[in-house]
Amino acid sequence: MSDHAYVPEIATTRDGVEHEVQGWQGDFYGGKLGFWLFMLTEVLMFGAMFMVLTYYFTLHHQDYIDASASLNRVLGGFNTVVLLISALTMGLGLLKFRSGDVKGAKLMIWATIFFASLFLGVKAIEWSLEFHHGVFLGLDALQSGNAHSKPFGQILFFGMYFTMTGLHGFHIIIGIGLMLWLLKRINANKVTTDHHILYWNIALYWDLVHLIWVFVFPYFYMIGADAGGYNLPDIGSLFGGHNNEH
Amino acid sequence: MSKSYFDETHCAIGHPKTKVMQWLLTVDHKRIGVMYAAVMFTFFFIAIATAMAMRIELFAPGAQIMDGDTFNQAFTLHGVIMIFLFIIPGIPAVFGNIVMPLMIGAKDVSFPRLNWFTFWLYILGCLIALSSLWTGNGFADTGWTFYAPYSLNTNTNVITTLVAAFVLGMASILTGLNFLVTIHRLRAPGMGFFKMPLFVWGIYATAWIQLLATPVVGITLILAILEKYFGIGIFDPAKGGDPVLFEHLFWIYSHPAVYLMILPAFGIMSEIIPVFSRREIFGYRTIALSSASIAGIGYLVWGHHLFTSGMSDIAKTIFSFLTFFVAIPTGIKFYDWIATMYKGKVILETPMLWALGTIITFAIGGLTGVTIAMVGADIHLQDTYYSVAHFHYAILGGVVFLFFAGLHYWYPVVTGRMYNESVAKTAFWLNFVGINLLWFPMFIAGYYGMPRRYFDYLPEFEIYHQISGIGAIVILSGLLLMFWNFLSNWNTGELSGTNPWEGTTLEWHLPSSPPPLENHTKVPYVDFNPYEYHHGKPVVKFDYETMKRID
Repeated sequence: MSDHAYVPEIATTRDGVEHEVQGWQGDFYGGKLGFWLFMLTEVLMFGAMFMVLTYYFTLHHQDYIDASASLNRVLGGFNTVVLLISALTMGLGLLKFRSGDVKGAKLMIWATIFFASLFLGVKAIEWSLEFHHGVFLGLDALQSGNAHSKPFGQILFFGMYFTMTGLHGFHIIIGIGLMLWLLKRINANKVTTDHHILYWNIALYWDLVHLIWVFVFPYFYMIGADAGGYNLPDIGSLFGGHNNEH
Repeated sequence: MSKSYFDETHCAIGHPKTKVMQWLLTVDHKRIGVMYAAVMFTFFFIAIATAMAMRIELFAPGAQIMDGDTFNQAFTLHGVIMIFLFIIPGIPAVFGNIVMPLMIGAKDVSFPRLNWFTFWLYILGCLIALSSLWTGNGFADTGWTFYAPYSLNTNTNVITTLVAAFVLGMASILTGLNFLVTIHRLRAPGMGFFKMPLFVWGIYATAWIQLLATPVVGITLILAILEKYFGIGIFDPAKGGDPVLFEHLFWIYSHPAVYLMILPAFGIMSEIIPVFSRREIFGYRTIALSSASIAGIGYLVWGHHLFTSGMSDIAKTIFSFLTFFVAIPTGIKFYDWIATMYKGKVILETPMLWALGTIITFAIGGLTGVTIAMVGADIHLQDTYYSVAHFHYAILGGVVFLFFAGLHYWYPVVTGRMYNESVAKTAFWLNFVGINLLWFPMFIAGYYGMPRRYFDYLPEFEIYHQISGIGAIVILSGLLLMFWNFLSNWNTGELSGTNPWEGTTLEWHLPSSPPPLENHTKVPYVDFNPYEYHHGKPVVKFDYETMKRID
């Protein structure tokens, strides 16, 4: 931004005292405030979904527990760890960037992208397994009124599960796009150690994405943990292996 | 200051040469506001045309010009356009954009390019909404409330309309976000929160509602799609869902949305009353804080739409009680405005006429709202013309009337010219008489049991519908006269100068009218209150070259 250096205006009181005027250009705190507010809307959106989820939990307690028990806690847990590490790499990158280590910061962004992609890959395996078990949006098991229908509470649980993890996955994809864009801006010297609001906000975004998962994981995967279900990843069945539906 | 802002360009992308592209790509908050106004009032008249068609249909019992299904689509189209395309973006999108940055001495909003993007997001939402008119099985026939389960079973394009509502909601969120940051960050030096003009307070409270309530609509849409396309029974009782949950989610957004409409309108009232009374506003702080408290309480009252839904009695009582509370800060505002006029030098020019008219019409709209906030009365009056009349008195007679007041008041700022005063006054009287003719009979018809959204009725209701029909013609002629007055004087009206009303807030201290690009020559230091008058004259004066006070 050096070629358009912004010089703040001065407002003068009647006594001649000068006050610097805050312009919209290069307003670091304004940018931060704006993004925090945007994050607030994300929280509200997921919050409303959790509310719906919780409301039906009170009505269909056992169905929820049963449905949760059949989710894959190993893959889900693995992904939780992956996402937490990615939050760490993202944070470390921002720290490095602020202390002037641009190269280290870029490395950390690439690491974050790697972990984000890993998360998506594992998620894809998980969803494929579930699809293989006949549990997916639009399949008979998740529609009421036919021979394969699951109990209503389970339909609802899985419906919300796919919607919320899907929406969360969508945020991960957006996040990867944002990080690639950030790398481009850093390489083009548009994001510098003096002017890094974009980096800051993307890091904030990534924190929110992992924070949402921190709530999604226990709510979907853990409420039925005591009720059993399979615990080992069943990757073999993906490739035409035996179908151990229970 | 020879160049007006129309001569220059600030664009989101590149440096276009043609005037049309300069407008379409502009990031200038004033131009964006003008474009919003153009689009919104176009839709406003489309919705009025639908309303007129319904009034013709209802002029006599039995079918006149349309069948029942078309009538269902007509009132849905009217509601969707008026609510989502016109009055929710409404005053914030137009005057929040044009005037609010001028009032706080800012050069633009905090995120000008986001503002440009938001405008086009709004246009996209409008196009999606309109597209469902001609595709599939036609426009939704559910009413603008989209109640489940019917909305999930009908073959009409409900999902398209919900997607449109979602996109328009996004635009609304981003507008609110932009304004919140602008108001927090870009106030001129010296202007604390309690030195802001009251319109800015209105916009500020509104922006919070936009931000906090709108996401819920987004999620309701996602759940509706889940239900419609994947058969997950969230709202449809036939599939095990709960239709009342839809009503809750819908009103958690849509009730705060009516406060989102009225708060900036109250802001316009608080600007006009002191200027045309030439007197400092009475109770500045109470007006400012009542905006904030209406926004806060308004968030907690949505349940009063569900009194007949089978909600528990304790919940009904609580919601009813909370709803009464909204009347307190609203009442405070009204008394403050009236007290401002007391011993003031009241000047009955058109903006003031609209403001005074609104005090009457909104008082009717507001107080009838209190009657239906009572559970017992509501059981009788729910879904009757009484509620319809209440809503239109409050929103047309409150929000839209004050919007018109603002259009007259700030017309000189936007165009640099003056409309024809006597035509404007005639238009006001037509509107004022028209609204009462149109809606007051509905209170009576509703009280006697005329249900809303019916395309036919019993013969004993004919007289009310016919008076309403005549009122509709009167108000339509008033509206056409008013807009003709605006448009015909846009380029040719008498030059107004920068401060025709002797206003005191910063939008009347601009170097030229219409304002140049980037507004004030220099940002002033604000060490004065927004409405300082002494013996009917503004106290604060500026040297417009240096923007230093010279009084």
